[in-house]
Amino acid sequence: MAVVMEADRIGRTLVRIAHELVERNRGVDEIALVGIRTRGVPMARRLAHNLLEIAGDEVPTGALDITLYRDDLMRHPVGPQPVLRRTEVSFSIDDRKILLVDDVLYTGRTIRAALDALIDFGRPRSIQLIVLVDRGHRELPIKADYVGKNLPTSLQQSVQVRLAEIDGVDEVVIEDVAFTERDIASERPA
Amino acid sequence: MSAQSGTDSTLAPERVDAVSCLRSRHLLSIEDLTPEEILLILDTSVAMKEIGTRPIKKVPTLRGKTVVNLFLEPSTRTRISFEIAEKRLSADTLNVAGGTSSLLKGETLSDTVRNIEAMVPDMIVVRHASSGACHLLLDICNARVINAGDGMHEHPTQALLDAFTIREYKPSIDGLKVVIVGDLLHSRVLRSNILLLRALGADVWVCGPPTLMVPGIDRFGVHATTSLDRAVTDADVVMLLRVQLERMHGHFLPSLREYFRLFGMTTERLRRAKPDVIIMHPGPMNRGVEISSEVADGPYSVILDQVSNGVAIRMAVLYLLAGVGVGEDQVHQ
Repeated sequence: MAVVMEADRIGRTLVRIAHELVERNRGVDEIALVGIRTRGVPMARRLAHNLLEIAGDEVPTGALDITLYRDDLMRHPVGPQPVLRRTEVSFSIDDRKILLVDDVLYTGRTIRAALDALIDFGRPRSIQLIVLVDRGHRELPIKADYVGKNLPTSLQQSVQVRLAEIDGVDEVVIEDVAFTERDIASERPA
Repeated sequence: MSAQSGTDSTLAPERVDAVSCLRSRHLLSIEDLTPEEILLILDTSVAMKEIGTRPIKKVPTLRGKTVVNLFLEPSTRTRISFEIAEKRLSADTLNVAGGTSSLLKGETLSDTVRNIEAMVPDMIVVRHASSGACHLLLDICNARVINAGDGMHEHPTQALLDAFTIREYKPSIDGLKVVIVGDLLHSRVLRSNILLLRALGADVWVCGPPTLMVPGIDRFGVHATTSLDRAVTDADVVMLLRVQLERMHGHFLPSLREYFRLFGMTTERLRRAKPDVIIMHPGPMNRGVEISSEVADGPYSVILDQVSNGVAIRMAVLYLLAGVGVGEDQVHQ
């Protein structure tokens, strides 16, 4: 296990992204942040706080649960359903510039589900994507507009973002998971 | 955690789940559920309720799943509620009603279900006039079975939506005084509600005329009384049950007018309850029999909330059951 981002670095990165998005959107008019549960939600809240300091305006912030839009639901004959949590988008997204926020960009499937979910709420003017870590290995044609850190990884590794609001600590760690007991068990012929 | 606590701050902290799935493939009785599973259904329903507030009230979750609504006894609320829930989850739904099915030509329930099963539905929602009808289906079909009311036995989704509604108004069900008044003997809603409310720690009182009292009901851990005034005193929740004349084959009541005088809920009677009491009724209501119009339409009534919440509860049940495995008791992480 190796720590690739520490608390300071995560904090500075979220300030830098806030500046970038103010620059690219020429202010924060008509902008709204939507965090993808779980860790995209505190990230969105921190970005909203940074935007308030930079631009002096409150930016509407929401939370999106993409569970019901996942493309792997119902594909496995056994196993429990993922736990469903509340989606809270209390403002109209029509004609707004939506900034979708997630912790790790990997296959792109979560973002595909989030785009479908968002569009059921209305017709935003645009949707931009903010991620803290882009670890590569995309399986869909999806790309982030704002990236905290590009992190080259192998498929045998896992990237964990931990945030104080949920995990009690701010850090990004990379772990080798190739030979956990579960993988060995699942590869063994029955 | 109350259903409302997520609304005051847009970004509420995450909740810790005691369980993340149901063990059983079917929902026949509240008895099949642990308290943790009941809370999982109630919490999942909070997220489902939000979908009903969107401009597009539909999610793709059960795309390609077929759900048969087999309603062999009259029903308005429950059938419509299940059908809306299925459609909001994008399932393909079809309705088989008693009056238009081959049951009228003499086909047995087992044969009807075997024929439906041959068309490979994923779930069957059953309403039947005979207690235990759903249990009969388990042996003859592979589809998941949801009990939408079987005779005088159980109506689990009604009890779940009642609990969900209570949680929208009260911080916790634990320790509440809940009074259930009316035709106790014929009520499946009563049985499901007692099991659920006791599992979540409520103090349950039941009240009705001696002829409609259930013998041995105190073994369920409830207080039974024929005095409505005594039952209602300091109540947090008053739940009224319909007088089910269609199930009464005998003389249970001298007259409906006398019933109303002794057991009908009026504004006057309600003064004995707590000031923030809520009034519930599973419907359909007989105004002037078990409830006065003044109470039914009054400020304490949450009867229409119950109906709205029924859709969210049924969405949660359909979603959670769809994820349970082919074998029994699959608990994978």
